[in-house]
Amino acid sequence: MTRLLALLALIAAAGSAMAAGFDYHLAPRQIAPGTWVLEGKQEDFTFANGGRIVNTAFVVTEAGVVVIDSGPSRQYGEQTVAAIARLTGQPIVKVWITHHHPDHFLGNQAFPPATLSALAQTTTSIETEGKAFNENMYRLVGDAMRDTEVVLPTQSVAPGTVDIGGHRFELLALDGHTAGDLAVFDHRTGVLFAGDLVFHDRTPTTPHATIARWLKSLDTLDALPFKQVVPGHGPVAADNGPIRQTRDYLHWLDGVLKQSAAAGLDMTEVMHLPLPKIFRQLAVIDTEYPRSVSHLYPAVEEAALKPSAH
Amino acid sequence: MTALSRLAVFALALWAAHALAEPDPLDSARWGDMRAQLFDGATVVFDPRVGVTAPLTAEDPMNVPIAVDASALSNVVEVLVFADFNPITKVLAFRPLGARAELAFRIKLQQSSPVRAAARTGDGVWHVGGTWVITTGGGCTVPSTGSASPEWQSRLNEVSGRIWSRPEGNRVRVRIIHPMDTGLAASIPAFYIEQLAVTDSQQRVLMEIDAFEPVSENPLFTLDLPPEAGELAAIRITGRDNNGNRVDAQVAR
Repeated sequence: MTRLLALLALIAAAGSAMAAGFDYHLAPRQIAPGTWVLEGKQEDFTFANGGRIVNTAFVVTEAGVVVIDSGPSRQYGEQTVAAIARLTGQPIVKVWITHHHPDHFLGNQAFPPATLSALAQTTTSIETEGKAFNENMYRLVGDAMRDTEVVLPTQSVAPGTVDIGGHRFELLALDGHTAGDLAVFDHRTGVLFAGDLVFHDRTPTTPHATIARWLKSLDTLDALPFKQVVPGHGPVAADNGPIRQTRDYLHWLDGVLKQSAAAGLDMTEVMHLPLPKIFRQLAVIDTEYPRSVSHLYPAVEEAALKPSAH
Repeated sequence: MTALSRLAVFALALWAAHALAEPDPLDSARWGDMRAQLFDGATVVFDPRVGVTAPLTAEDPMNVPIAVDASALSNVVEVLVFADFNPITKVLAFRPLGARAELAFRIKLQQSSPVRAAARTGDGVWHVGGTWVITTGGGCTVPSTGSASPEWQSRLNEVSGRIWSRPEGNRVRVRIIHPMDTGLAASIPAFYIEQLAVTDSQQRVLMEIDAFEPVSENPLFTLDLPPEAGELAAIRITGRDNNGNRVDAQVAR
């Protein structure tokens, strides 16, 4: 009988654990007045991290809260809303989605639709690719994705400055990591929210990248008078180190691909080239570098072939 | 024979069959079927001298890069490449007549699978090597990009390529515009290159390739030649697809 009770208790406990869902243990870290960051892990997507490999942020102003990226899942979005409510009574008035990758927008469900804003290109990309991303995320991180659905941004972001509660936000419409990358610079605090145009100590990802455009966007960001930069992935920095690191990696990657194509290397050979020591320190380089070869090498090697004569 | 002794003979036969068959180093549930379907009755050995290089995880299931190298064996007559768990298991076969027993290309994978190469040497023995590739899948049942675009019709079987001099011998890379549709995507019939031959300017055949549906769209082949093949001025690639459209092009250095 005791055993039966113990079993029943166990089943009940398991049931309530399931009902409780996935806890991201979000602990916002303040980096500037009114400015908080939720820093993700330097990992690939796993069941254990629930997709929390991304940095999201929010700024509490006198006219409401501004959120930068909604995170990888519905539960992440809901837990962000709860974390904000613990710090301020201000309502959420704006959610800026930096680009269309799944870890940055799949928390949209938790926010009022009218607050969801992105570049028009980003919304178009979410429309075409969002559903497949969402399905893939269920496969990669499992139950943390429960009930997550694709919600499109309702507001189109125009580049320029916008004043919210005494913060002058400069919105930069850039590209290169994807076809539409939004960066947000808060002139009041000097914090630059760079989205995935900037990675820090974590290998950049390139499934939709155009390296030449990306490098141009990095120059634009580097010219801003920022005091801190919040990268899309990796630790916040008080200098342009992450921008330089991202630029160095992309330059190196571009060079390796072009040299390999000119030398006639096959894709598998390029994937197995030794990596420079400075980049071997980047998180997940062993998985991201071959992925990048897969994304970018086909176009580069085609350009190195010559049309035939009949 | 008593029932008991019959049982004993049967058990012995089972044991013998099991003991004779080498265990599959890739531990695939499909290996027994592959062996029966592809190598009926022939001697098959697992051989580390047959290398298959592929990424452990395939980022794009429509384009999984594969490099096969059986050049550590002598007298390779033919190499057959197959993927145990693909809906169409045979990927391609090649005969390295004047080339090294090596070939690199890309394939479509429907799900995670061993990708294997079996090299048949002159004595009739098949030497098998391979590796597992993990993928999200769907590579074989997705329409080609070409099938949705009018562009391929005007560029069908168009060839580009190049020849490189390397210390270990010349390298040839050739790419052919072709949708390589598997026939497994709804309402799109199988349409793929079946036969190719690469020859040098003296009409010596360097390699013959029999391609099957799982070879990726716009196939790109990388061949290596032994140093004794000398410096090629140009190569010719000829062949046809399963609808009879011809490939015939010259690739200069």
